Amino acid sequence: MTDIQNLALTSEDIVIVGLVAETKEDATRQLAQTLAAAGRVTDLEGFLEDVQAREAQMATGLPGGIGIPHARSAHVTVPSVAVATSEKGVNFGAADGPAHLIFLIAAPDGSDDKHLHILASLARKLVHEDFRQSLREARNGADIAEIIKREVQQ
Amino acid sequence: MKIVAVTSCITGIAHTYMAAEALEQAGKKAGYEISVETQGSAGSTPLPQAVIDAADVVIFATDLEVKDKNRFNGKPFLQIGVSKALAEAEAVIASAVASISSAPLVGGSAGPRLSTKVVANERTATRIRKWLMTGVSYMIPFVAAGGILIALAFLLGGYEIALGTAKDDALAAGNLADVHYWAALCLAIGGTAFGFLLPVLSGFIAFAIADRPGLVPGFVGGAVAGAVGAGFLGALITGFLGGFSALGLSRLKVPNWLKPVMPVVLIPLVASLVTGGLMFIVLGAPIKALMDALTAGLTQLADSGNLPLVGLVLGLMMAFDMGGPVNKVAYLFATGLLATQLANTNPTDPSFVIMAMVMAAGMTPPLGLALATVLRKHLFSNAERQNGKAAWLLGAFFITEGAIPFAAADPIRVIPSIMIGSSFTGALVGFFNIGLRAPHGGLVVFPLVSNPLLYILAVVLGTVVTALLVIVAKNIKRNPATSDEALEAAIA
Repeated sequence: MTDIQNLALTSEDIVIVGLVAETKEDATRQLAQTLAAAGRVTDLEGFLEDVQAREAQMATGLPGGIGIPHARSAHVTVPSVAVATSEKGVNFGAADGPAHLIFLIAAPDGSDDKHLHILASLARKLVHEDFRQSLREARNGADIAEIIKREVQQ
Repeated sequence: MKIVAVTSCITGIAHTYMAAEALEQAGKKAGYEISVETQGSAGSTPLPQAVIDAADVVIFATDLEVKDKNRFNGKPFLQIGVSKALAEAEAVIASAVASISSAPLVGGSAGPRLSTKVVANERTATRIRKWLMTGVSYMIPFVAAGGILIALAFLLGGYEIALGTAKDDALAAGNLADVHYWAALCLAIGGTAFGFLLPVLSGFIAFAIADRPGLVPGFVGGAVAGAVGAGFLGALITGFLGGFSALGLSRLKVPNWLKPVMPVVLIPLVASLVTGGLMFIVLGAPIKALMDALTAGLTQLADSGNLPLVGLVLGLMMAFDMGGPVNKVAYLFATGLLATQLANTNPTDPSFVIMAMVMAAGMTPPLGLALATVLRKHLFSNAERQNGKAAWLLGAFFITEGAIPFAAADPIRVIPSIMIGSSFTGALVGFFNIGLRAPHGGLVVFPLVSNPLLYILAVVLGTVVTALLVIVAKNIKRNPATSDEALEAAIA
């Protein structure tokens, strides 16, 4: 029963391997565009504003080279996580350097518990270095989507 | 070694869970038993009380107030931000364990130990803001529902529905086919909803401070603030009074036989008496004296005939406490003058100009704040942005209460800004010499204004001034706060 929801969380078309971006705003925008193209976000600018509002409260860069821009927003249709890997890294304000893995987490405003539980279990996974390692080493978007689908079981 | 922890973050979808995982991993690695309660968006499953009771130490890695914190009463605890737990979970676990014997106890009188004075101030400010925001977030739906009903009443029944006994007459007639009946109904229900503003604001501030024992003194105090005419500023005071008196009482050491009646009888009783009593005794008479003095001053000022200056002063007063004593003096002064001039045919008689000033100055606070939430979304909380949408409508119908949630959440920055905006509009209306013969209604009575176009200009300019000032004020104070927060995150 969770297969469909896992599929819905991340898929190949919202993964960017080898992202090139100078700023976190640029990186976030590129990822958000994939969400908009996939129909997961209805209003790109509105959604980006919501993400920016969250980002303004405290930077979302985390130790271990990850950035997790995120928002609950009325412009999101289905809980989604767009993923990017970046060789050069993008500065998300973490103390230990730029983010090589970026997860744009989009949750609808009124999403139900089940969906949020899946997001929560993904968030828990992000803490594990072996999980991050496997994502960094993945060769293409399909692999990344597959790893997330496999690991985030709930 | 048994550890329990609570995690929470602003959005509740990422950091809450990551920090929980990080703490669990670090705890297990150190060989401890650890259980974490995630208070995030996916709902939170409370830790079994037995697990809490068995714990040696509690870690609160929370950016929000801990829900039902009293479950942890008596446990030594460590309070940190969620990002610190995430960034250095192992060090957090180690320091929690190391500090067990010296750590403050949850619900105990010793506050969290703080390393520097600056940090102490910072935290107090953050806590005060959290308490205020809790009260405001519960008040906002009452503002929106009540305000929109009142606006609807004016749309259906015209401003006359609020005059004299028109509302009660229409209600008594009970004619379902008469639109005035429905207008009166909306007005009555809207007014009733507004009656909850002060109690709910005060009650939930007290709730945030003292949890359930704070509710009764908070609500009662808020209602007393309304009864003595102290307005929302009075309700802020009773919120804190009620909260802290309940908190103080709940920390008293009492004999065992008294314990069962403390939360349901004694704390609400004594805390309400203290809060309500202080309000009546300390504020009741001074408010009356203040209102008399202000009325006398206004009468003198109006006699001077300098209308822009009168408008400036009335504007300051209208925006200062929005429904409180100062606002009431300004509004009653205008409507009082109006009542003496019913037969006057001069559309720009000073009495009518004063009425026009008061209405315009009462419209700009909600309109200006609504504009500010659109121009600079990120300066406002989510609840405030929602309130911003309703504030457009409320402002347009001269329902100044639409601005109260903003002012209550951040009085020091918001109140001066809206006062200047309103005084600017008031002075402009005086300068343009525009008159109005209706005491209420906003947009509904614009056709009755002696010069509608200039009047709209005055309101729009005041709205823009208000919005800009609010944005500037929020930026001045906010930047250092934000960078401190970023600094804290970076250190962590």
